[in-house]
Amino acid sequence: MSAAQVASLSAETVTIEERTPFQIVMTRFRRHRLAMVSLVIMTLVLLITILAPVIAPFEVQELSVNKYFVPFGTVDEETGRVHYLGTDQIGRDYFSRLIYAGRISLTIAIISTLISELVGIVIGAVSGFFGGWIDNILMRFVEFMLTIPTLPLLLIISSMLLRNEELIPIPEPLLRFMGNIMLLTARDSRNAVLIIIILAGFGWLNAAQLMRGMVLSLREQTFVEASRSLGASNYRIITRDMIPNAMAPIIVDASLGLAGYVVAEAALAFLGFGIQDPIPTWGNMLSASQEFMLDRPWLPLVPGLPIFLCSLAFNYIGDGLRDALDPRLKL
Amino acid sequence: MRNNSSKDNYELVVVKDLVKYFPVRAGIFQRVKAWVQAVDKVSFTVREGETLGLVGESGCGKTTVGRSILRLIEPTSGSVSINGEDVIQMRAQSLKIARRNMQIIFQDPYASLNPRLPIGESVMEGLHIHNVGHPKERWDIAISMLKKVGLEDYHARRYPHEFSGGQRQRIGIARALALQPKFIVCDEPVSALDVSIQSQVLNILKDLQNEFGLTYLFIAHNMSVVEHISDRVAVMYLGKMVELADREELFRKPLHPYTQALLSAIPIPDPTLKRERIILKGDVPSPLNPPKGCRFHPRCPWAIEICSQQEPEFKELLPGHWTACWVAEQNL
Repeated sequence: MSAAQVASLSAETVTIEERTPFQIVMTRFRRHRLAMVSLVIMTLVLLITILAPVIAPFEVQELSVNKYFVPFGTVDEETGRVHYLGTDQIGRDYFSRLIYAGRISLTIAIISTLISELVGIVIGAVSGFFGGWIDNILMRFVEFMLTIPTLPLLLIISSMLLRNEELIPIPEPLLRFMGNIMLLTARDSRNAVLIIIILAGFGWLNAAQLMRGMVLSLREQTFVEASRSLGASNYRIITRDMIPNAMAPIIVDASLGLAGYVVAEAALAFLGFGIQDPIPTWGNMLSASQEFMLDRPWLPLVPGLPIFLCSLAFNYIGDGLRDALDPRLKL
Repeated sequence: MRNNSSKDNYELVVVKDLVKYFPVRAGIFQRVKAWVQAVDKVSFTVREGETLGLVGESGCGKTTVGRSILRLIEPTSGSVSINGEDVIQMRAQSLKIARRNMQIIFQDPYASLNPRLPIGESVMEGLHIHNVGHPKERWDIAISMLKKVGLEDYHARRYPHEFSGGQRQRIGIARALALQPKFIVCDEPVSALDVSIQSQVLNILKDLQNEFGLTYLFIAHNMSVVEHISDRVAVMYLGKMVELADREELFRKPLHPYTQALLSAIPIPDPTLKRERIILKGDVPSPLNPPKGCRFHPRCPWAIEICSQQEPEFKELLPGHWTACWVAEQNL
């Protein structure tokens, strides 16, 4: 039954304030001060990156001839636009690039998280629910993958994939869609999509283990047996009894995962295996500025700050959610 | 007090030689090292409209019997027929249809409701699974079921954590009843509740039985509760059924020494009343390795030689009164 139908049925009987689990969680979350501050910061950062085309005074690739490394707040005499954060080594507006870069970096982090949690939920649920040889095969594979040091493998795979376009064919509409989100051409968004695939390809492992553990404990719960005795199918039990009750740790894992992906993307780009200049990301801006960092220390600090802020904020939000979703804590 | 003679004698549930052994696995290859003989060749019938009480101490297999009948556990062997249909042989599709007629009420009211579903949705769940009516009708049925167990319509959108144990148990009853089953296994439905709430839930169960003509298999370990609600009572010990009789007969004239010991343990709220208590020596043996012969013989005050060698048959010693005991058989 939809929420609207429920509401229409009960319109005349509402006398007592109803508190859904969601409302209870929100009340608890609001008490976590650092998490609330982080939420505000993240909302601001997201808003700025969403509104990038409106806010940015310059185009991403716009070169200002003969104005390399101008200081903060320099005004462009011809058009009156301001280089809030100066320009980089070839005269591109640093602030504009920073917020466009945020759009790309955050998109990669968010979509990688969504994909890896989704894959993790499905594989973990199947593995835990059906057990037996399915569980054995899936979990041994996950454990095997987890023993491999991630960063070197990420480097190898990304250099392989980024150089051989035909290795993984990605459908054109998907590229165009992703390009629209990140304000890139379909061709340029290909690398971003590949990075997402690589990051999510390793990211689902933890989520799958987490989900499997939850399903194993939920499987023994009486309400699952009750559903079975009502004649519910496995699919219904998984989607209605297992997944909603396993969401709390998954949500926490996702928010911590976001922090990890922001850093991982930056690390890949910093080492030169991520998305390449001229497309800006926080990671490759950091990477490009390292040559000049002794003379002009703000150049690495400017893209470093949002990486630091976002990963910190996502971690605090994760902490806040962990506390808020813990059913043992009464409000 | 209900009158047995007016009852229809149609045997709605027929359980024959039900066996459930749980494997014990050990070692790196997870080989089966032993079997826990939870239920061993249990046979009984439940007549339409009656309440059969099933008693026994912890670990005697009474819950396993209840769940095996409903195929929530796959029994090792034996047959169970409900309303003439063999439940054990059923394949998934026909089993799903058969589940409309058989439901269960659980012991732990705190664990038996999905904490993420409003209780109205929980009650509707069975209707949805079996495609009964459209969503509006299902909601109406759920509300009417909640009202039958003494809850109000505005409760339907609340979540389980907002209810007390007794209320949750009543919600569990409403959920089991929503599909209008014929047969309900009540698996210790009141043992987790306060004494004051127990009678309330028992009375609801009785009222609903009268209204819908329900048949109950009432599993319990509390003899007073069983005496209150049952028409007939079955007693289990270590995976075996030892006695089965009409309630009055069983409480007045128990034939099996174990039943006598159980009955003598019922507390009587009268300090001046002296009575003989039968104290059983020793512990219940492990179902991993039950005693040879009669499973009760190491603790039995009556035990004779044959008890340790040959298993007594579960026989109808008096009309309607079944017992598995060598000594009781000889004494008659």
